[in-house]
Amino acid sequence: MSQKFRLAEGGRIDRTRPVAFRFDGATLYGYAGDTLASALLANGVHLVGRSFKYHRPRGILSAGAEEPNALVQLREGARTEPNMRAPQVELFNGLVAESQNRWPSLRFDVWAVNGLFSRFLPAGFYYKTFMWPASRWMTYEKVIRNAAGLGKGPAEPDPDRYEHRNVWCDVLVAGGGPAGLMAALAAARSGARVIVADEQAEMGGSLLSDTTEIGGSPAADWVAAVFDELHATADVTVLPRTTVAGYYDHNYLTLLERVTDHLGAEPDGKTPRQRFWKVRAKQVVLATGAIERPLCFRDNDRPGVMLAGAVRNYVNRYAVLPGRRAVVFTNNDSAYGAAIDLARAGAAVKVVDLRREPAGDLIDAAESAGIEIMDGCAVTGVKGGKQVTGVTVRRLDEAGDEVAGGSRSMGCDLVAMSGGWNPTVHLFSQSRGKLRFDDGLAAFVPDRSFAAERSAGSCNGAMTLSACLKQGAEAGRSAASDAGFKAKAGSAAPKVDEPETGATRSVWVVPSGKPLGRGGKHFIDFQNDVTAADVHLAHREGYVSIEHLKRYTTTGMGTDQGKTSNVNALAIMAQLQGASVPEVGTTTFRPPYTPVGFGAIAGRNTAEFMDPARVTAMHDWHVEHGAVLEDVGQWKRPWYYPRDGELMRDAVNREVLAARNSVGVLDASTLGKIDIQGPDAARFLNMIYTNAWLKLPVGSCRYGLMLHEDGMVFDDGVTTRLGKNRFLMTTTTGGAANVLTWLEEWLQTEWPKMKVFCTSVTEQWATVAVCGPYARHVVGSLTEYDKLGPRDFEFMTMREMDVAGIPARVFRISFTGELAFEINVPRRYGAALWEAVWEAGQKYGITPYGTEAMHVLRAEKGFIIVGQDTDGTVTPMDLGMDWMVAKTKGDFIGRRSFAREDTARDDRKQLVGLFTEDPHQVLVEGAQLVEAVKPAPPMRMVGHVTSSYYSPNVGRSIALAMLIRGRARMGQTLFAPRLDGGAPLEVTVTDPMFYDRGGVRARG
Amino acid sequence: MFLIECPWCGPRSQTEFHCHGEAHIARPKYPDAVSDAEWADYVFNRSNTKGVIYERWVHNHGCRRWFNVARDTVSDRILAVYRVGGKRPEVTP
Amino acid sequence: MVEKKKTGKAAPKPKKAKAGPAAKPETAAAAPPVAPAAKPTAAAPGVAAASPLDGRPGTGIDTAVMVEHPHAGKINLRGDPADQAFLDAVRDAAGAAPPTDANTVATAGRNEILWLGPDEWLVVTPEGEQGAMETALGAALAGQHVSVVDTTDARTTIRMHGAHARDVLVKGCPLDLHPRAFGPGQCAQTIIAKADVLIHQRDDAPTYDIYVLCSFARYLWDWLVDAAREFS
Repeated sequence: MSQKFRLAEGGRIDRTRPVAFRFDGATLYGYAGDTLASALLANGVHLVGRSFKYHRPRGILSAGAEEPNALVQLREGARTEPNMRAPQVELFNGLVAESQNRWPSLRFDVWAVNGLFSRFLPAGFYYKTFMWPASRWMTYEKVIRNAAGLGKGPAEPDPDRYEHRNVWCDVLVAGGGPAGLMAALAAARSGARVIVADEQAEMGGSLLSDTTEIGGSPAADWVAAVFDELHATADVTVLPRTTVAGYYDHNYLTLLERVTDHLGAEPDGKTPRQRFWKVRAKQVVLATGAIERPLCFRDNDRPGVMLAGAVRNYVNRYAVLPGRRAVVFTNNDSAYGAAIDLARAGAAVKVVDLRREPAGDLIDAAESAGIEIMDGCAVTGVKGGKQVTGVTVRRLDEAGDEVAGGSRSMGCDLVAMSGGWNPTVHLFSQSRGKLRFDDGLAAFVPDRSFAAERSAGSCNGAMTLSACLKQGAEAGRSAASDAGFKAKAGSAAPKVDEPETGATRSVWVVPSGKPLGRGGKHFIDFQNDVTAADVHLAHREGYVSIEHLKRYTTTGMGTDQGKTSNVNALAIMAQLQGASVPEVGTTTFRPPYTPVGFGAIAGRNTAEFMDPARVTAMHDWHVEHGAVLEDVGQWKRPWYYPRDGELMRDAVNREVLAARNSVGVLDASTLGKIDIQGPDAARFLNMIYTNAWLKLPVGSCRYGLMLHEDGMVFDDGVTTRLGKNRFLMTTTTGGAANVLTWLEEWLQTEWPKMKVFCTSVTEQWATVAVCGPYARHVVGSLTEYDKLGPRDFEFMTMREMDVAGIPARVFRISFTGELAFEINVPRRYGAALWEAVWEAGQKYGITPYGTEAMHVLRAEKGFIIVGQDTDGTVTPMDLGMDWMVAKTKGDFIGRRSFAREDTARDDRKQLVGLFTEDPHQVLVEGAQLVEAVKPAPPMRMVGHVTSSYYSPNVGRSIALAMLIRGRARMGQTLFAPRLDGGAPLEVTVTDPMFYDRGGVRARG
Repeated sequence: MFLIECPWCGPRSQTEFHCHGEAHIARPKYPDAVSDAEWADYVFNRSNTKGVIYERWVHNHGCRRWFNVARDTVSDRILAVYRVGGKRPEVTP
Repeated sequence: MVEKKKTGKAAPKPKKAKAGPAAKPETAAAAPPVAPAAKPTAAAPGVAAASPLDGRPGTGIDTAVMVEHPHAGKINLRGDPADQAFLDAVRDAAGAAPPTDANTVATAGRNEILWLGPDEWLVVTPEGEQGAMETALGAALAGQHVSVVDTTDARTTIRMHGAHARDVLVKGCPLDLHPRAFGPGQCAQTIIAKADVLIHQRDDAPTYDIYVLCSFARYLWDWLVDAAREFS
């Protein structure tokens, strides 16, 4: 249990609960309350990964979301997850982590050879080297990916559950540090619905690692008191371990709550691992804190070089000493806090300050703690490979551009650096807020808000605790007030005693006495291995735009989105261009703030819940009788019903023959049905359909084609007149919702004075279609046979009657060209009716048929399927359905477009039939037709196959096709080239009706 | 994701709505009397504004009513919501 | 555990309707004005009425209890709420005028009228009474431009109640269901997961009636049961 670098006391860890974990196979120990990073440091482990491109040894840079180096492969098997940031991984018993991007091991990595050849791996290397010849890119890419890939995704399905939660609130506070807590408190006291979320396990933010007091007590006590009050307030939700990940239009935000990640528990089948919150907030307070900037000095990426604030965090919050001999390298006062805390914890500390003669309370305090301060100096080089062993320090000239004076070497095992602080403006930027460059902070701060939000605290440039608390209180009050709540008194920020601090000195590239890029590397972007030399190269090559620079050098394009690198890269570019930072520009931050797994985004909308399976009243019967189902939109429809061992082809042939020779039964419930009524209903249909409707007798049915205004067919179906002012329209299965929307569009937006109401009744009715020569016998045995005679119940009419004791609407319509009755009953009786038809049909050999047989049957008759034989570019005339277009009724939707040049041209594709040379050869749907075959494409394509089947009734294969000037080509021979390389198939153009051309059977 | 104020149901999530393109494009009263170019303007040509666009939305998972929205295509702010047949409101982006 | 309301097989006596049109269809011009006829809605005794969720297992937890109420009468009503004659006629037939406040429910005895849109309502009656209601509305509204359509079988109703009912719904519903925004007597057409629904909050338990198209019912039921697992 040796934790050599664990301090004897202090910290927010629970020393009574030791925790065992494994890193790269070695078992180590930490305590409850540790992160993986703090536990590794407690064990003296600094080397935790290899870098992306050069495979340089890397350690832990930070203590938070900005971590670019310490990315590990967490857990194993189905629950393994790559690129997890060690400072954000809470330690749990049995945690297993592996370092990434090394082979065969972390300490000996063969790809580190890249580092030796790094002069040949500059910015844009991939673009320059591997793009030629283009045909080899696929090969190169595999090798590069293998060498460069960070972690590995799991190979097994995710066993965990993920939940979503939709919530509305008055005030959402992003961040639970001093400003966020203060804002939440002020908003909560006004009675608003408040959500406050923080990515850490505990609320408190920077206060958890600070040694200051608030209102005379330790900061942690203040945090606890606020936390308790928020918890006790109605309609206030406090969400620790929750990252506000995305800020979208109209104050819609997404939050990722890690519910059980920190427990490492196996799935219990009910508790979600993560919960994805979708929040609609009236007002937002951004209190997202600030991220410390690294300094850009030679070999600043060595393990043991850390951000000073992170060092402070490890010392105070986790009671870990990241090094015993520390050099603090800074350009501002804040790092002195780290120096003092390190010294207090027993480390030998020296400060290297870029500023000359810094002054202030913290500098005084450091000096009185006996810390040596080297002012006007810089760390110009780092010794050590897998961990820092020492640094060289030299004096800088007045401008900070060059070293001046001799170098001094000193041994150390830790470099704590601070280049100042960047307000965390990611969410602000996502919300489309405009940023401004603050010269004092040398950082971007929020300028103009776009959304209903306000920033408070260090994300707003407030770098003292008292300012953070004050801004938080004000932001909470104003957010609640803007959301319609009255502020309550007593929400003023508490008092804090703070040291006076001095200014920052920006030295964007710390000189080393050698040309940039020689003898070491000045890293800007640690995750993507981008150096200051790369930015210089890009500049020399003429890159000006920061967006191009980003893409060329890949700065800021890692999973950390450049949290530690963007401003440094910008500033260096600005220096090179002799421009100010704002002139060079800024980068746009896009969601999410930190990566969100697909599991959380998908939630429970996976497997059976990915898409609804719509089923009819007879569905269970189909399944029990072995139906193979086909997806038609969201519907599950029987495709065919194979008998034991039967192939699809044989089953479909059997079903098709039964429907023509005895009797078949189809579940037609999915067709769309719309009840249309009102005094103007017939006039309305006259506009919607291409044919005439005014004189349709009550009780009669008529087929209709619907066009869009461009003259192209988009739906069809049979509509029946139920009464003078009432019709029942049927639509295609897939078109039902769209057609209703289409009808409402015209009624509501174009013809509001038309007196027509449309009501969807698709689901009110279950429909059993009985078809075939014995259909009348089967249906007749369930009702009065005499009423079904060809003269008593004519083709294309509807009757209401009881069928099998069920009140029904029976339609004599036919999509197969056979004698058919479509029986509609209220859905609850659908299964009973189907069973009754099934029983009654037994002596006639009744055969259930699916959608495939239905398609064959209708194709035999040349009946189109909208969406299969048409594709939105087909007019009724193209289909040879001129007879469907009323010539005298006047206007209807789409009619005017017939006269358009393109619609009227004579070389349009027209619907034809095709016979293959070999009657058993079935064409592939989508096959192209050519007049003459060439050895290889291109060939002039004159048409394409839209439907193709084997027809047992015709005794050969049949196909429908759209063919240029098709109707003038009857008898012509064409060819269908094949993708599979076989010889092109020879086809003969024929009429698109293959069976019962007189239409006798359906009328029988 | 937008928050859209249905004129009847109040603020609802964009998921409940569907956008059907530009508003205030009236169907020619006598289609045969217009030229091909005018007909093409009605059927095909849209303004594709950078700035304020007036468009039709339908609350198709809610009350099924169509209504008009004035939206700034630059900011995606919804500047006005008004009923079908209502006058195009003057708005500033 | 099966939480399933038993549905009566012995349906109320069907109202006799006129047979369909005569063999020779009348022409539209000759057709008499059509008053909505009393529709036979029930089958002969012995014919099984099935509901989409028959026998489906429930949540098994008492903080989110789910029961199907499949066969309550549901009449889709369209008309002009600005027309007092329309409001009066509906009140005569159904016991309450259709609510003109968006997303509210009017209750009259065992009938409920749910607002669906500015000119659209769902009249909900006890099981088996939809035929009588359709007839009564048709008679009361004769001569007006309205639409009265029996949609009893189009939707089933999932009644969900318990302390976690709201937590279950907000997993998939984009609506603000917080008590400050949505309470008893309110209804809304919206979405749960990927199904269109009509939600009616009945009381503070809270109890919700969730109307869903029958073809989506199993999907939604199973989704809700799965959503409730977290609270078991």
